[in-house]
Amino acid sequence: MMFLARRVGLIIPTVILVSLVVFLMIRAIPGDPVMLILGEGASKATIEAVRAQLGLDRPLPVQYILWIGQVLKGNLGHSLVTHEAVLPLIWDRFTLTALLILIAVAIASVIAVLAGLFAAWRQNSIWDLSIVILATLGLSLPSFWVGMLLLLVFGIWLGWLPIVGYVGFGEDPARAWQYLVLPVLALVFVEVGVLTRMARASTIEVLRLEYITHARAKGLSERRVLLRHALPNAFGPTWTLIGMVVGTLLGGSAVVETVFTLPGLGRLLVESIAARDYPVIQGCLLFIALTYVLLNLVVDLLYPLFDPRTAER
Amino acid sequence: MNDGANILSIRDLRITADNERELVRGVSLEAGAGRFVALVGESGSGKTLIGRSILRLLPHGLAQRSGTISYLGRPIEGFSEKAMRNLRGSEIGMVFQEPLVSLNPAMRIGAQMAEGLRTHRDISADEIRRRSIAMLKRIRIPDPEGCLTAYPHQFSGGMRQRIMLASVMLLEPRLLIADEPTTALDSLSQRDVLDTMTELVRESGTAVLLITHDLGLVSNYADDVVVLKAGKVVEAGSVRRVIDTPRDGYTRRLIDAVPKLVAHSPQSRNGDVILEGENVRLTYGRKPGARPVLDGVSLRIRAGETLAIVGASGSGKTTLGRALLRLTDVDEGSILHRGRDITREPDRRLVSFRRQCQIVFQDPFSSLDPRMRVGAIVREALRGDSDLGRAEADRRVAATLDEVGLGAAFAGRLPHQLSGGQRQRVAIARAIVRRPELIVADEPISALDMTVQRQILDLFADLQARHGFTCIFISHDLAAVQQIANRIVVMDSGRIVEEGDTDAIFAAPSHDFTRRLIVAAPVFRRAATHSIQVRPEPEGDTVS
Amino acid sequence: MSARRGTKWKLNLLLGSVLGVVVLVLSVTGLFWTPGDPLKLDIMHRLQGPSGAFPFGTDEFGRDVLSRMMLGGGTSLILAAATVIGATTLGTILGLVNGFYRGWVDRIFMMFNDALLAFPGILLALGLVALIGAGKTGIILALTAAYTPKVVRIVRAAVLSLREREFVEASRALGNGSVYTMLRHVLPNTLTPIAVFATSMFGWAILVESALSFLGLGVPPPAPTWGNMLSTARPYLDSAPWLSVFPGLFIAMTLLAANLLGDALRDRLDPRTATA
Repeated sequence: MMFLARRVGLIIPTVILVSLVVFLMIRAIPGDPVMLILGEGASKATIEAVRAQLGLDRPLPVQYILWIGQVLKGNLGHSLVTHEAVLPLIWDRFTLTALLILIAVAIASVIAVLAGLFAAWRQNSIWDLSIVILATLGLSLPSFWVGMLLLLVFGIWLGWLPIVGYVGFGEDPARAWQYLVLPVLALVFVEVGVLTRMARASTIEVLRLEYITHARAKGLSERRVLLRHALPNAFGPTWTLIGMVVGTLLGGSAVVETVFTLPGLGRLLVESIAARDYPVIQGCLLFIALTYVLLNLVVDLLYPLFDPRTAER
Repeated sequence: MNDGANILSIRDLRITADNERELVRGVSLEAGAGRFVALVGESGSGKTLIGRSILRLLPHGLAQRSGTISYLGRPIEGFSEKAMRNLRGSEIGMVFQEPLVSLNPAMRIGAQMAEGLRTHRDISADEIRRRSIAMLKRIRIPDPEGCLTAYPHQFSGGMRQRIMLASVMLLEPRLLIADEPTTALDSLSQRDVLDTMTELVRESGTAVLLITHDLGLVSNYADDVVVLKAGKVVEAGSVRRVIDTPRDGYTRRLIDAVPKLVAHSPQSRNGDVILEGENVRLTYGRKPGARPVLDGVSLRIRAGETLAIVGASGSGKTTLGRALLRLTDVDEGSILHRGRDITREPDRRLVSFRRQCQIVFQDPFSSLDPRMRVGAIVREALRGDSDLGRAEADRRVAATLDEVGLGAAFAGRLPHQLSGGQRQRVAIARAIVRRPELIVADEPISALDMTVQRQILDLFADLQARHGFTCIFISHDLAAVQQIANRIVVMDSGRIVEEGDTDAIFAAPSHDFTRRLIVAAPVFRRAATHSIQVRPEPEGDTVS
Repeated sequence: MSARRGTKWKLNLLLGSVLGVVVLVLSVTGLFWTPGDPLKLDIMHRLQGPSGAFPFGTDEFGRDVLSRMMLGGGTSLILAAATVIGATTLGTILGLVNGFYRGWVDRIFMMFNDALLAFPGILLALGLVALIGAGKTGIILALTAAYTPKVVRIVRAAVLSLREREFVEASRALGNGSVYTMLRHVLPNTLTPIAVFATSMFGWAILVESALSFLGLGVPPPAPTWGNMLSTARPYLDSAPWLSVFPGLFIAMTLLAANLLGDALRDRLDPRTATA
């Protein structure tokens, strides 16, 4: 329990600093936000009024506090373009992105751990070499290119899956999954490589340690040695890497979403950058960053499952 | 040579690495029921490989080329993998060296102990638990029930080794292979583990193959000994016979390398006090109840003497050495160099102090910058010595390298190209090249092979005789210390518990801890007739 | 065992170098000379497949794809190299000084560094691009700022562990000053992890730059980079697939070369320092 409370407590300064960084980044953008909202030709009085209304005439730290206050109430402002509330907009897009990422990472992780385990067990064999080659190839492929090639092959040439558009799960689950197959596949292709290499490397490390020989010296079957002794100890670093991979995908989901024209969070961020829609940019940055912090916390909290030594601290 | 009577019989074993290098070259040995056979050799002798090959657990790339290993008269080469698995753990048990990594850190102790029983015996979980607890009680682990649900990292190295022994002996194997089971432990824990092992095997009549480099241990516990050098057996026989009358030159060297208690140690000197620590206190961390590492230590070092600081691991002796050299700051107390208080002086004011007082570290692997060549490492010590010109400095470096037994050819080598003993010589060269008045040697030989230890110790004595520097020798090895120290200081839990001339302390130790240390050190005692007597079984309690 | 080890890194080195050289030659040449004019519009020959005159075909404006690829490659490589040099230098200095001296400055600095590390790298790059604006300088600054925290963390971690090694203490025991010890003993021993990380960073920089360009936030048209060439190829995926294949292929080749060379570097350097 203490461990839990302490770890949770540790992220609070990080959360505060993250929000500070996002706040400063947006404030540092050149140009007057008021002019953006009102456009040219607004009267001086109107400008002053709007400025006061937005709290922009107050000193910077105060603005920050006010903003935090709003954020904690769930108010992330309104889009300059569509005038809709930012938080619901983000959340709506987030559900799709999260689904995509979680499915892809889950599939990639399972493949990676099994492949890595096998490659390490049969180190330097033809299997090992093939797995390493495939993994290295995989992590050298840009996701948007893989996505486009998949679209070309499965969408255009074979016509098995739809090319554009999207149907939500809420509306029509039967058809919805078709739109997710290729994007998920693209993500899996790209991430399975880096995960496999880590799983293989850490398993090789573990197999060298004495307790593995000890387990064999006890007369245990090779399967038990691998699954019960090697795997739990080797999984730790891979688990941490999974957290990082999810984070990278969170930040970079825009590319795959663009290729497959999916209404995800990444695309929202990119479009808002192009449109200079600052409240949305700010909201997306804050949301994604905080999600990543939370994610890392979960990864850390579950780590003792694989390595009980870390629980003591 | 009746194979039927022997539990283990190895004939002409040859093991090669995949690049055709022969690592074990025709080794033969036997172990009968209830016999304790020691397989002795230094690193690279191939002893570990022999142990592993009995269970057919050689690492990748190594294979048994020829020869027979027979268990109960049957050669194991003919066994299927399944048959081998049945043997492993159940009939032949193995205990390993590194307590830190020989138990799975992610599995509870109870589960690990139960695994062997579950695989090989058909008994209920309750029965397994009952037997585990009974065995833990036998080896005097406090709170056996709690131990079952605990994780390995919660125990000390010595306890982990005993737990591993216990879980292996649970299956009552006919043969126990112990691969350097005590090398990574301090002398008190070593005794505990070996006593436990002896107790457990005597009851069950198990044959033991003890693989070790420590001949002192062998003399106290084994019945028979096989001496191995570079993959070949150079001598074998009963322990009594081999140690009393060794036939082979290498065996003789090994025996000589074991520290023996000498009749007289060097006398004490009475020079000026050059370095002194007054009521020094140091605590790590800020928790209120934390025990201090140094708890009010006062010490005076006189010119020309060799002072030994002795204690178990965690006694504070290493920290004291660092504190005296101002490499560690202290919380309270003072450090004085020739009367000058240097306790709080910043590094830049300590330059002349540092010139006069040098240190040789324990770990020869990490005390040399892996990217610097030997010559540059020694040269660096002369940096800032403006009186020496370039050429003169080079000459001094070359001369010092010669003095420590390394030729000029070594100057161009990198640390990873040297052996442990050679690296330590470089470290010593670095320390003496400046002709300091004091050298602190922090466990300078514990990380080395036994014959090399002897050489380095001799080197120290030699250099000291030649240059006359004062020496603080920190060690847990009492026998080594006895040969070169005038005075001994014994530390326990951050305090000095005993202090005095070497001879006086060895003859009549007054503190209980000192007594325990002396008793725990495995040594030979050379009787007046110049034959070596094996130390008799001491009375005294066993620590758990 | 060691014989196998020996061949593995050599193989990586060989393969990586071959690929790397191909890419490098094409790209560097592209900065100075291309067979055709990468910017010249030629509507009559638009969307033609690979042929003698246009080995990689033409794009929707009739421009020679090969020439655009070469120029684009040069641009991408320069951007990535600038990023790596910038982030490595800055990160090393900061990580070295902070890790060696510790103290309250280190604590505060690491708090900010951790805050920046709390963002996924691409996200930080996106945010900074939003801040600075797209274009070549913008990308270099954004990527450098996004990756410096990672270098700082790696260097600082290496320095912290080196500090505890006895040869650093030995330097102090010899009477050497702390700046000397830091530069002469600690810094050279951090070069290995820095070098290994720099090669992966190069790969990421190429990837992120092309991703940003693909999204329209990178190098603006008509200047070509592989990323924005892929972006403009999307509408013509079915009619002119070669427009999508070649740029991505070259990105993949560059990434593969960077990874293989990084692997070779790591395999070559680690066994040496790991000799015990």
